[in-house]
Amino acid sequence: MNRPLRRLSLVVAFLFFALFASTTWVQFLSAGKLNAMPGNSRQLYAEFGRERGAILVQGGAAVATSAESGDAYQFQRQYPAGPLYAPLTGFYSLRYGTSAVERAENDVLSGSADELFYRNLSSLLTGEQPKGADVTLTIQPKVQQAAWDALAGRKGAVVALDPATGDVLAMVSSPSYDPNALASHDGGTEQEAWTSLNADEDEPMLNRATSQLYPPGSTFKLITAAAALESGDYTADTLLPGPQELTLPQTSNTLKNDEGTACGPNDQVSLADALKISCNTAFGSLGLTLGADALDAQAAKFGFGQSLSIPTSVATSSFPTGDEVAGPLLAYSAIGQGNDLATPLQVAMISAAIANDGVVMQPNIVADVREADQTADVIDQPSPRELGRAVSSDTAQTLQRMMELVVSDGTGTRAQIDGATVGGKTGTAQHGTGLPPYAWFTSFAEEGGKQVAVAVVIEDGGSTESAYGGRLSAPVAKTVMEAALDG
Amino acid sequence: MATVLPVYPTTRRNVELALVVLAVVIAGGAWAVVGLTLDGSLPPNLFAYAGGLGGLAVVLHLLMRWRAPHADPMLLPVATLLNGIGLVMIHRIDLAEGTSAASRQFVWSALGVVAAGVVLVLVRDHRILRRYTWTAAVAGLVLLLLPMVPGLGRTVNGARIWIGLAGFTFQPGELAKICLAVFFAGYLVVHRDALSLTGRKVLLLQLPRARDLGPILLAWVASIGILVLQRDLGTSLLFFGLFVAVLYVSTERVSWIVLGLLMFSAAAVFAATTMGHVQARVDIWLHPFTAQNRSGASFQLVQGLYGMANGGLTGTGLGQGRPQTVPYANSDFIYSSLGEELGLAGLFAVLALYVVLVERGLRTAIGVRDGFGKLLAAGLAFSVTLQVFVVVGGVTRVIPLTGLTMPFLAAGGSSLVSNWIVVALLLRVSDLARRPAAEVRNGPEGDTGVTQVVRTL
Repeated sequence: MNRPLRRLSLVVAFLFFALFASTTWVQFLSAGKLNAMPGNSRQLYAEFGRERGAILVQGGAAVATSAESGDAYQFQRQYPAGPLYAPLTGFYSLRYGTSAVERAENDVLSGSADELFYRNLSSLLTGEQPKGADVTLTIQPKVQQAAWDALAGRKGAVVALDPATGDVLAMVSSPSYDPNALASHDGGTEQEAWTSLNADEDEPMLNRATSQLYPPGSTFKLITAAAALESGDYTADTLLPGPQELTLPQTSNTLKNDEGTACGPNDQVSLADALKISCNTAFGSLGLTLGADALDAQAAKFGFGQSLSIPTSVATSSFPTGDEVAGPLLAYSAIGQGNDLATPLQVAMISAAIANDGVVMQPNIVADVREADQTADVIDQPSPRELGRAVSSDTAQTLQRMMELVVSDGTGTRAQIDGATVGGKTGTAQHGTGLPPYAWFTSFAEEGGKQVAVAVVIEDGGSTESAYGGRLSAPVAKTVMEAALDG
Repeated sequence: MATVLPVYPTTRRNVELALVVLAVVIAGGAWAVVGLTLDGSLPPNLFAYAGGLGGLAVVLHLLMRWRAPHADPMLLPVATLLNGIGLVMIHRIDLAEGTSAASRQFVWSALGVVAAGVVLVLVRDHRILRRYTWTAAVAGLVLLLLPMVPGLGRTVNGARIWIGLAGFTFQPGELAKICLAVFFAGYLVVHRDALSLTGRKVLLLQLPRARDLGPILLAWVASIGILVLQRDLGTSLLFFGLFVAVLYVSTERVSWIVLGLLMFSAAAVFAATTMGHVQARVDIWLHPFTAQNRSGASFQLVQGLYGMANGGLTGTGLGQGRPQTVPYANSDFIYSSLGEELGLAGLFAVLALYVVLVERGLRTAIGVRDGFGKLLAAGLAFSVTLQVFVVVGGVTRVIPLTGLTMPFLAAGGSSLVSNWIVVALLLRVSDLARRPAAEVRNGPEGDTGVTQVVRTL
């Protein structure tokens, strides 16, 4: 009976082999797929049970932290500053997932990033739960607070950049929301907050600084001016036609100045003066002369049409193409009306590039990623990166001087700061008849080697009067610039 | 049976003792890790637990020095370690769920070891059991039918395979497994010639005579009967597989396997197409991840798979997974619980322990000289294999879930006691298989064999 016994042993070997294989299949080969299955509560518990890294701002204050919660999820995400930093931190919700930095930096915050693997090896052996890494933002809390206070609850956004590095010094979107409610472990609270935030017509969860596209209004005249100077055919003193009304091709419509008057004697105005008083007819005719391609190319050099990740996602600003900019529409596009669309971040990048001698820096909100223990080893530290050159150094300096005129003597006088060099450009963007326009201000300031570039947009001006940019947004920009120069 | 020169193996009892100590150290260490992880301190009952487990194993070891000095030295350590790992995991799930299954399991472990000791003492030579062939058959059937007795039987999760007595529940089918293994071995060792040599040949199959075929049909009908009446798929599969395997070993005729597989296939197709609860199992097996199944019918299977995936290669570590998410995490799904916390590496180790256990059983079957011993050892070893295969295969989706217990690991007294008896019987057979020739000659039945087989391969 030994022969069949040996054969039976083979059967036994085969059966066990099948079990070794199937166990390998489940625990190794398809583990990734199983772990990613929707409804796999273990992964949620695991992620929520791990101590997530904090999100800090410059100076070391935490704007998102994890505290032991004592419930089934072990850790509770907290946002001490609530709405102030919500557009930056985003939320971390059991039910609704993540957004903003919580999403973009999830790998390092949760500790699952490849860079952290070797660092976590020791915790694997000790059985200690690996901690996530801390992410420090480039945000200066003082500038952030100043921007929030200056906006004073009005609908809009503020972005402040360091022109030389692209670091975002402040990013405010208003109205905002409290991410604490969305991070609640109580399903009811979480759901209620989500429902009411989504039902709110003011869209508090929208980060207006990076995710909302606005017509840039007269701030776009900086790009039109840049295109003119770069063409070599114009200087700051070149005279442009600046009539009361500009006759547009292929239409009986005319382009008017806000004041309803001509921009200069004999309907002539220099490029510098046209920018100073924000002359629509001069820039309209300039746009028609330069052509759509030149404007498009110049806008692209400032960052239009580029999808940015800072590393949170940014809506792509755009200069129109084809029919959208054909014929008379080109004149509108040249003054930032028409079909131009830009984020406040993009508008800030225009000033920043001009202040930075023409070089556009990649905007960035992450200063560094550090291990969350005492050693605080830096895991990742993004270095400033050039996105490209928008204009030549000469052009940049000419534009700086023209923008300084706007503030010293033009539509942007409310942005003046004692002892600092300030350049700016107002903008008032119509977005429908009878609706209050968007009030824009984009600017840069320099004092004692410190530099800052700012964009401000305020959505509801309250009336349809002109020059709101100067009246509403310039003071906000001034406050923010002061805070940045002071810091 | 090969003829080889007599070899006199040493008893290896000291190796056994060393391995038992190692097994206790491993299990005790695991028990300590669970306490450190979940309570933050060494469990106060660490020494009671480790000492208790070690004490039981050492008592059995000493008993073997006295009554079965030549028995295989691997079986006791392996059984001790599996039992210990099971206790650790059951205790760990107790801590998560606030239950107290581990202490009950410990009492059953003690009873199992006592039962094994009693078997070793009472059954001085396994060939004595041949006298009880038909008694075993009757006892097996009675045990199987006990749950059908009104007032005594209990239905748990749709399967009527339990009896309740004075607050204790017991699965008599587990003991019936041993009785039937004895019966099959006893019956077949007598009838093997009739079954393999007589009868007509139809096509390629050598069909036996009706009177020789009787018992096989009885086994067939009995297993189908259990399937239908008690809704116990696992046990019927186990009995049928056991019977076909032993039949094949005794007759050396592949035709029996073909016949058995044909009958099994017919029964499987019939059950899967006409019986509701079997259909449901098959559906869960094939489509566990459809949304409806996942949250309902296949919840247990899917959670078990999630748990194992969560464990990955190295596991979450004892006390750091969430095995309690799976229903019956300490019994039906203890394999996935272990997989979650010990990882693929841990499960391979556990499977390897079973491989050693079974391999030692089969080696004993090859080594022992009497046909009854061969069939008994092979039957018992193969039944352990089948049981592991049915459970692990069900949890890892090789086959549909049928509901058997993981030998030694799973919470459940009947399974533990019967598996300790299985080990005791294997030890007893291996004692004779490995006993030097001179002693065998003077053994209880005074064998006259000229050649002895002690080497196995």
